[in-house]
Amino acid sequence: MRISEHPILDFDRGREIEFEFDGKRLVGFEGETIAAALHAAEVRVLRRSIKLDRPRGFFCAIGRCSSCLMTVDDVPNVMTCVTPLRAGMKVETQSGKGTIAPEGARLATGDAASEAIPSAVPLAIVGAGPAGLSAAIYAGRLGVESVVIDENDVPGGQLIKQTHMFFGSLDHYARVRGIDIGERLVQDLESCPARLLTGTTVLGLYDDGDAKALSLLKDGQHARLRARAVILATGASENVLAFENCDLPGVYGAGAVQTLMNVYGVAPGERVLMVGAGNIGLIVSYQLLQAGVRVEAVIDAMDEIGGYHVHAAKIRRMGVPILTSHTILRADGETRVESATIARVDERWAPVPGSERTLDVDTVCLAVGLTPNCELALMAGADGVYVAELGGHVARHDRDLETNVPGVFIAGDASGIEEASTAMLEGRLAGLAAAERLVPDADANALASLRQEAEDGLGELRAGPFGERPRFGKNRMFDLVNDTKDERRGS
Amino acid sequence: MRDDVVICRCEDVTYGDIVRAISGGLSTTEEIKRILRCGMGPCQGRTCSRLIARIIASETGATIDDVEFPVVRPPTMPVEIGVMADEHHED
Repeated sequence: MRISEHPILDFDRGREIEFEFDGKRLVGFEGETIAAALHAAEVRVLRRSIKLDRPRGFFCAIGRCSSCLMTVDDVPNVMTCVTPLRAGMKVETQSGKGTIAPEGARLATGDAASEAIPSAVPLAIVGAGPAGLSAAIYAGRLGVESVVIDENDVPGGQLIKQTHMFFGSLDHYARVRGIDIGERLVQDLESCPARLLTGTTVLGLYDDGDAKALSLLKDGQHARLRARAVILATGASENVLAFENCDLPGVYGAGAVQTLMNVYGVAPGERVLMVGAGNIGLIVSYQLLQAGVRVEAVIDAMDEIGGYHVHAAKIRRMGVPILTSHTILRADGETRVESATIARVDERWAPVPGSERTLDVDTVCLAVGLTPNCELALMAGADGVYVAELGGHVARHDRDLETNVPGVFIAGDASGIEEASTAMLEGRLAGLAAAERLVPDADANALASLRQEAEDGLGELRAGPFGERPRFGKNRMFDLVNDTKDERRGS
Repeated sequence: MRDDVVICRCEDVTYGDIVRAISGGLSTTEEIKRILRCGMGPCQGRTCSRLIARIIASETGATIDDVEFPVVRPPTMPVEIGVMADEHHED
């Protein structure tokens, strides 16, 4: 179902185009993904799983989880949640692993005249979200040339779907909607010696003598980029929750729901159960209500609401019950969610017998946290450490956001889950630290004052009650780093 | 949790499969990955690693900090074999 009226967003849909789905003619819009167009046309099952033949739809909608693989133009295993829809495409439900593409079959890519990839650059930044763009801008202020690589066609990372205003006192970004912050960052980047390389996936990160080599994939072509320093600003992946039928189409990550409705103007369903009463769960619930979707309930296994009370109050006023100490037991439905059963949990998180309730919903939205995407850092040799407060496994790093691999920095959610404002500040710090390394004669005073400004900002954002968790996590991480440095000194 | 709850979507590995593997003596995500293939599918474990680590922790009594995560290897995303083969074409 397409959203026709929205209080904040105007959906600037592209040209209407026809495509084929399992032999039927469907209509979508240029500029949307295959999965979004199918969802708007009420198609939920995108594939059948490889062994158990279970129906599957998308889950993350940002190209991480691989739940949405379909056969497109005879090419199997196409990630339809990130692949743009094109006129005349032949899209098919994929069974299992699909059939190998006939010789010569290739997925049509966009503009043939794509930009050439340079072979070397002083600083490579992976991820064009709040952290990566900020890193490029601040390194650029000290004259460092960079290439910012992003797998999406549009820069901005997850800011492109954040319709809410940002709290905090982050100079010119406070009280601004996330979508607008992304645009400002991209504008700020234009005055920097930075090149944006969109639609490009980083496949690997390797040692290359005294530098690093990145293996890149763009438009079906492989390329190699050598960089003296690398900043990884690769964001996070949405967590799943294990329950009966958690893989049924209609169980979506909160980020996927935001992508669908705020980027493509497609309602995820008509009646939603939100799992998770942290800020993301509360904010996305409000955005669902704005889009005209009913939120039957917000549940959370914790005994109190995790997010800001101002967000909770807003959705309560609109009649949405927030049930703490509740969990989801299962989703039910033949090929898509038709209902969900929830139950109260006791203080040991065990469901209380007799407290089960079945809700008439067609969508279950999971807002149960994020996990840092630090694979590239680990691949390059960074140590993985488990810090629960930062979202799980993170790459060991110091206050300059440098990992234990010299020249490899990590910033934003990839270095520990926080939010976009802290990601921007971490990006700045990483950009400055990399610049200090790359420009030996950089203006030390300018560097020190920019660094102080970013550190103060981070301190301020982490000072509040909601900053306690990440602050604690980051400090634990820095202590770990110091311990190892002490060990090295001692030995 | 019911045995048939799917934990690894890429390779269709269930909760029961993992619990049985652990009671059979496996205790790390790396071992479970090699035997059951979870983490070797197209998502490379991004969806299930965390769940599996939790199952190992609860089944073995370890804390989650102690559960080792699988080694990360390139490529991060599935790549068509033709793309890699093209690298070695002489024009």
